[in-house]
Order: sequence, then C-alpha cells, then structure tokens
Amino acid sequence: MLSLTLREAISKLKDGSLSAAELCEKCVTRAKRVQELNFIVTENFSQSQREAVHSARLWSEYVSGRHNEWRKFGGIPFAIKDNFCTKDIRTTCASHILNNYVPPYTATVVQKLQDAGGVIIGKTNMDEFAMGAGSTDSIFGPVRNPWNYKFSQSGGEQDKTNYWHITGGSSGGSAVAVATGASFGAFGSDTGGSTRNPAAYCGVVGFKSTYGRLSRHGLIPLVNSLDVPGIFAKSVDDASLLFNAVAGHDTRDSTTVTDSMETFTLPDDISVKHLHIGIPKEYHAPGMSPCVLEAWRRAADLFERAGAKVSEVSLPHTQFSILCYSVLCCAEVASNMSRYDGIEYGHRAKNEDSTEELYAATRHEGFNDVVRGRILAGNFFLLKRNYDNFFIKAQKVRRLIAEDFRQVFGGGVDILLTPTTLTEAPTYSWFTEVDNRTRAEEQDVFTQPINLAGVPAITVPASLSQSGLPIGLQFIGPNFHDKEVLTVAKWFEQQTNFKRLDLSHLDKS
Amino acid sequence: MLQRRLTYSVKFYIKRCFSSKVPEKPTWVTIDRSKLPKEPKVDREVVDLLERLSLVEFNNQEGVDRLTKAVHSANLLHAVNTDNVEPMDSVLEDRILYLRDDVVTDWNCLKDVMRNATKTLEDYYVAPPGNIPLKQKERDYGNKT
Repeated sequence: MLSLTLREAISKLKDGSLSAAELCEKCVTRAKRVQELNFIVTENFSQSQREAVHSARLWSEYVSGRHNEWRKFGGIPFAIKDNFCTKDIRTTCASHILNNYVPPYTATVVQKLQDAGGVIIGKTNMDEFAMGAGSTDSIFGPVRNPWNYKFSQSGGEQDKTNYWHITGGSSGGSAVAVATGASFGAFGSDTGGSTRNPAAYCGVVGFKSTYGRLSRHGLIPLVNSLDVPGIFAKSVDDASLLFNAVAGHDTRDSTTVTDSMETFTLPDDISVKHLHIGIPKEYHAPGMSPCVLEAWRRAADLFERAGAKVSEVSLPHTQFSILCYSVLCCAEVASNMSRYDGIEYGHRAKNEDSTEELYAATRHEGFNDVVRGRILAGNFFLLKRNYDNFFIKAQKVRRLIAEDFRQVFGGGVDILLTPTTLTEAPTYSWFTEVDNRTRAEEQDVFTQPINLAGVPAITVPASLSQSGLPIGLQFIGPNFHDKEVLTVAKWFEQQTNFKRLDLSHLDKS
Repeated sequence: MLQRRLTYSVKFYIKRCFSSKVPEKPTWVTIDRSKLPKEPKVDREVVDLLERLSLVEFNNQEGVDRLTKAVHSANLLHAVNTDNVEPMDSVLEDRILYLRDDVVTDWNCLKDVMRNATKTLEDYYVAPPGNIPLKQKERDYGNKT
C-alpha cells in the first residue's frame, strides 16, 4: 500500500478499493518503525488518524453516490518541514530559540493542503533555521538516510556507528518521510537547494517552482528574496498534483505574483522530439564523482536518441554563483534573525539587566554556531566599509547570473539538464570532518544559481551509484515554465524507471 | 573478424559522438588571488563591533576563523567584472508589488498573538530598561591582531 504513488492512492480512494483510515494507519506504523532515522521532531499521529477516519466516512459517502463532492487528498498523510507554521502544532525550525513556539496560524500552502483533505503526520527535522546542506545541525540531532541503512530489529538498538549516510539538507526530514513511505508527499523549503539536494540523496522527486508562484506566508524566512516552498514527491506526477493544489496568488504574501495560474495535468504521452536541451558546460565542476558524470552523460544521450536537439551551452558566471549566494544569504539572514529577541515569542533568557543584555543572552542561548556565524558574517558584509565591495558587488553578480539563464533560454534552449549534486550521499563521518559553512559551499554548487535567478527546477532520481545510493539529475526551465519543466522531467522518469526504495520488509520485523 | 572489429569501432565512435555534449573534464578556472583587492581583516575592533551590532557572540577563535574564511571566499567575487551592472534586489523587480486594501481582515486575536510571550502584563509585552549599553566582557579568543 505504501508503495503507491499519490496519484494511484487518490484513484483507489475514489473507487473505494482503499480506505483512508487504513492508509493513514499504515503510514503511522511505518513512521514509527523508521523513527530511528530521526526524521520527525513533532509527531501528529493521533490527530492525523482521527482526521483520516473522518475522511474515510466522507469517501464512503462519495463512493456510494450519497455525496457528489470529494476532497482531492482526503485523509492522505503528508509531512511538513518544521519551518512552516502550523496552528497549535509546535514549530521550532530545529532551534532552541523557538523550542516552545506554538504558532497561532497555519502557513498558506499547508492550509491549502489541509483544505484539500491532506493530514499532517508530523513536523520534520531539518538544519537549524534551514542553514546547512546535510540536516546534521539540528537541536534534535542529525537525520539519517534510509538508503544503505542498517535498520535495527523492532525494539532493538539504533546503529551507533557514524557510517550511515546523510540525507542532505536542509529539508532532510521531509525527504526521508517520502523516501520511506511514511507520507505521500512532503513540503520543504528551497533557498539554495534545500529541497533538491536531499531529494537527490534520498532518491525522491524534489521540485522548486518559480519564485512567486507559491506563497511564503507562514514559512519562517531564511532569505526572503530566494526562499521557495519546496515539494517532495514519489513521482513527477505527484509533484505536479501538489503544486497545482497549492500554487497561486496569496494576498498575505506580496511576493506572490498576481498572474493568473491555470492548473494543469501532465500528459501521459510525451514527445521530446521538438525540444532543445542545453548542457551548461560550467556544471562540470571540480570534485564531481564518475557515477554522477556517467548519469549526466547517459541522460544527454537518451534525449538525443529520442530526437531532441542536445547542445552544450554556457552559463559563464556559474563558478561565482555560490560566493554570491553566500554573501546575499548571510546579509539577509542577519536582518531576518534580528526578530528573535525573546520578547514576543520564543525562548527568553533570565537576564533582565537591560534590553541589550536580554537580547544578547537570549540569542546566545537560542542560536547554534552556524546561525550565529551567518549573522556575524552578514553584518560584516553590511558594514559601511564593506557594503559596496561585498553586498552591492554580490547583488551585481546576481544580476549577471540571472542574465546568464535569460540569455540561454532566449537563445532557443527549452530546458537545461545538469546534475543535482557533485556526488552520491556522503557518510556522516566524512561530512562532519569540516564545518557547516565549508560543506554548504561544496554541496549547494549546482542548486543555488537557480534560486538566485528565480527559475523553476526539479530533481529526478536517475540511477544508483556503485555503492547503491541514488543519484539525481536536475531539469531547469525559464521563469513560469513550471509545466514544461515537469513535463520533461516526467518523460525522463518514464524512460529511467528508477526503482524506489522498498522498506516493506520492515513491516514483518 | 575485421567486420566485427569495424562494427565495434563504428558503434564506439557513434557513442562518443552523442555523449560529447557533456564536457569530459571540469571547466572551472583557477582565480589568481594576487590580482584581487586585499581582503579586509577581521581584527579585535571588527569583532567587537560585530558582536555589538548582531547581539550574538563569536564564542571562540573558531568562530573568528570561520568569518575570516567566509571573507576569503567572498573576496573572489572581485574577479567578476561588474562595470555598468545594476545590483539586483529581487527577481520580481520588473513588477509592481501587490498591495491589498487597507481594511482589517483579522481581529479578535489578542490571546493568540500574546500566548507565546514568556512575560506579559495586562496585555503588554514586558521588556527590561533600554538605552543601557552592553557590558564589555572579558573574552579570550586566542591570538588576534
């Protein structure tokens, strides 16, 4: 049952061959069984099961013809990253400073999901405040990748070595929720690749839509000009279903575009003969593993053999993109994190000598090294003496990067094909050898230029590495061409037939 | 035998033709740091200023080193020619920001809004006295210039 895609599950619910209550129960059982991966930080099992039972009643009324309407996701469990506000469910951003924060409202995209009948199975683990590329820096501990993982016997001890693989980040928990079958989809956030990176490492689909299509109201911000709610799904069709259900202008988020959006369904019969696929040469960066390069090559060949025009193109400023991203990210972070002072919400220190002392103590106790490091770096780049040389300079480089994409798409290329990450998922012991900042600079290399330009991109699992870990490939399109990106990705998925992770053997142990 | 060899060669050649679109080797260039402007130093004065502005502490020498590395990386941006390039704030710069009508749409939410505050008094948030500068603390960050 858990190997069904979202689309398949909906179709079975509609014809009565599947019970929403039973489906939710199976998801909860799976979530409990794989919790040693540390992917859920606040569970919502009882509430989600209650809602699923209610949905099951509504479905049976629909199936028996007593009622005409149906809710698209009636009773289907989803996982939500812990930086989306969810009313009455604790939302921490994996940080001490929000350890006791219970939002009085729900984020727009989550609300839309719930209005369509979706139930929240739990809030997922992440890097603190979405700063990181490994989901290793959380107050709740790191998230573990289910691939190549030695699960303990039911009720037994968790693997105490460090040879398990990281999920990537920062939305690692959400990626695991979908990869293990504990949920039928999940929301993450994508600022520099925080959805696509873990999706690639965990062998699921990760979609970052055009900036401005999905509302950020209720998504606790990291970098306002780059953040996009990200979608995790088992298939490209599922990602498209979720996107269409939650996209659109939101009066509560003035950075959502007012352009009308026509919902769409992806065709099943797709031809790539008329397409022009671009291979940006700068995406062969130092440190790329042979299996990733091989997967990229095979995909390019696949498109060419199917009749598409495949050509090498250039995005000349790619190499500087990660540096530009680091400066802009730190600068906006320094501003966004200044709201955490302990007065209106969140952790409050005991020091009452003065407001400055209170704020400093609160923030010292509340933030980890990574967050503090980015705030300090951001304020450094924003100092009067550095403002022009670093902040404004980075903003200028950002324009050049966005221009690179515009020129390539304007020159006749429909979709760009690149790897999502440099390598397969690294082990925790390797990843933690150096600090978060250095790792993020390496890991986000192919994903953050997309955020700087605002364009849509999706990662699709392509193949397995020699060690049996998933490798993802990324498809990038021009602004507001989300449908085209999803369509090409779906064609690729149909050709590749990637075998998703199957943990059904855990149900018996 | 020769025919089989030729078939293999042709197949191999065709295969290489198709996959030639993906570059064989990494294409990144090494930047000559000597041509870049000197990077600003992270000294004691800067550390103090940043801690006052950010209201967070570096904590230890490792924190200061991390900032130095971040500055070292960011300095590479000067290798990019940005003459006559305008800075970009947002990808939606060519649009007019949506503003809704100035009418109240949420009300009766006092309890909701106040419930996460640790200290309140008669519907007010409570803060300690302001306008008192942060106390200078003794910090040992190892050898700093």
